[in-house]
Amino acid sequence: MRKILLMGNPNVGKSVVFSRLTGVYVIVSNYPGTTVEFRKGHMKLGKEQVEIIDVPGAYTLEPTCKAEEVAVEMLKETRPGDIVINIVDATNLERNLYLTLELMERETPVIVALNLWDETKHKGITIDVPGLERWLKVPVVPTVAVTGEGIKELVDRFPEARTPKIRKHTRLERWEDIGKIVKEVQTLVHHHHTFLERLQDLSVKPASGLPIAALVIYLAFKTIRFIGEGLIGYVCEPIFEFFTPFLMKLSVLLGSSGFLHDILIGKLIDGEIDFVQSFGLLTTGLFVPFGMVLPYIISFYLILSVLEDFGYLPRLAVLVDNIMHHMGLHGYAIIPTLLGLGCGVPGIMATRILESWRERFIAATLIAIALPCAALQAMIIGILGKYGSGPIATVYGTLFAVWFLLGLILNRFVSGFSPELLIEIPPYRLPPLRTLLKKVWMRVLGFLRDAVPIVLLGVLIVNILYILGVFDSIAAFTAPVITGLLGLPKEAIVAVLVGFLRKDVAVGMLVPLNLTVKQLIVGCVVLSMFFPCIATYIVLIKEVGWKGMLAATGIMILATILVGSLLNLLL
Amino acid sequence: MRQLPLTQMEEGRSGIVVEIMGGIGALRRLELLGVRVGRKITKISGMFMRGPVTVQVDHTQVGIGFGMASKVIVEVKE
Repeated sequence: MRKILLMGNPNVGKSVVFSRLTGVYVIVSNYPGTTVEFRKGHMKLGKEQVEIIDVPGAYTLEPTCKAEEVAVEMLKETRPGDIVINIVDATNLERNLYLTLELMERETPVIVALNLWDETKHKGITIDVPGLERWLKVPVVPTVAVTGEGIKELVDRFPEARTPKIRKHTRLERWEDIGKIVKEVQTLVHHHHTFLERLQDLSVKPASGLPIAALVIYLAFKTIRFIGEGLIGYVCEPIFEFFTPFLMKLSVLLGSSGFLHDILIGKLIDGEIDFVQSFGLLTTGLFVPFGMVLPYIISFYLILSVLEDFGYLPRLAVLVDNIMHHMGLHGYAIIPTLLGLGCGVPGIMATRILESWRERFIAATLIAIALPCAALQAMIIGILGKYGSGPIATVYGTLFAVWFLLGLILNRFVSGFSPELLIEIPPYRLPPLRTLLKKVWMRVLGFLRDAVPIVLLGVLIVNILYILGVFDSIAAFTAPVITGLLGLPKEAIVAVLVGFLRKDVAVGMLVPLNLTVKQLIVGCVVLSMFFPCIATYIVLIKEVGWKGMLAATGIMILATILVGSLLNLLL
Repeated sequence: MRQLPLTQMEEGRSGIVVEIMGGIGALRRLELLGVRVGRKITKISGMFMRGPVTVQVDHTQVGIGFGMASKVIVEVKE
């Protein structure tokens, strides 16, 4: 099958073009490095089926980072008949043409899409498209991928893709050529600064940027909580209450106890179904994912997506660069960190935007140990919320302290170097509501598809193991640590073990133990820090290797027991 | 005309990049983001305590770590 490669600088909209061509949705954001691995899809060209590949963004074919290495590899693998669509940010013609010129020196035929064409108008940029075509000797098509403008013409002109096969130039020669081309085809007229542009500048100046950042983070947390609680109180709980009588009938039908009853309904608490404690497949198994976690998944990803698509995150990266340096990272590590607050899997994957192994190891280890995922946070808020905001603040405060201190320690002891921040900061953009909702929906769908079956499986396994009495012997074995050091009842080990599967289910299992507030706090912190769920673990191994994973695991065990014991002593 | 490192330039001032000191790696990466010799850049902000510098080049803003920014020499009008 013929291949069509989408190549271009980071954050020019390659993934949007990919979605347009293939109909396959991929997550897109307004910051460089959203796509860290390539994706494949298909489209029909006449009667022919072709493969479309969304290549990670690259500024050059002489790689300066991992994403660029991937891009170069993919270009090398092309065969006769394959073509490259070079997607160019029309508002940054000069810088983007460097990659274009490099592509012209290669064998694979090229066609250029001048994307973000609509933005050139507001910015006072005029580009002479036929003129640019004459210079480059390949087709040039203006496009606005988000609206679909120009995509059809682009596809129609695929057969015209050509290999100019110019001789290999030096770096300086390329920049010289680019200077000439840009001078000839681009005219700039002065335009007045828009409100968004003024806001852009204010967001990175320390005097205004730091208050703005504090406000943004505060509002983000408040809104996430507000929407999450709202969905739980007004939508989820009423739905479950509506179904309670039916479940009670089923419970009676099953004889109120026995094997099948315990698996489906669970234990009755004072003769009633308790959605958190009963622990049957149809009660807790459904209530945890749909009644407690899903509302927070929706609200978290809604807010994260707004921040991503608006373009705020790279600016936050500039503001926190200083602090992150003390942790062996630079500011851009804030992006994997924030993604990790949603789920460890995309969080750790996103550490690929960092340049060195050392940075990736530190960032991934911190995500695995100190960052609770959204599902876990939802449960923490769910079970600690009724004791006021103090206990929740203690859990968050402890985890934040662990994150920061562990970063300081890792920075001292992990060898290697951490490069400096150097990032392109995209303009603020108002994301179309449809794009935004689609992104939230895809992430929610991911949760429903990947997490819910595992929650149910977890509940099932726990019930079966309980009935078989397996946990008693394990509990006796681990009691010295769990009870002696952490001050939790020895049965809490079951929650720790279930944490391998799903953290949300694990926190839910603390409830039937009738813990004190202090024990709940210790339990939540220990469950957050100790072993991320299996999905996160696999990604961790993939990204930092076995050696890195073993080191991270050692640190994790030590840190968890230390912090848990300290909390037990101090609270 | 005087020459000074980007880190010492005042916020809001513009200047022409005259030299980028340091290794070829940093030089190439800066070039690819538009910060290269002969280009006019405007400093948007500099974070205190050796924080990164943000500059405007044409229609892009670029965040540059302090160490790297101190190696970018800019010529400004008095």
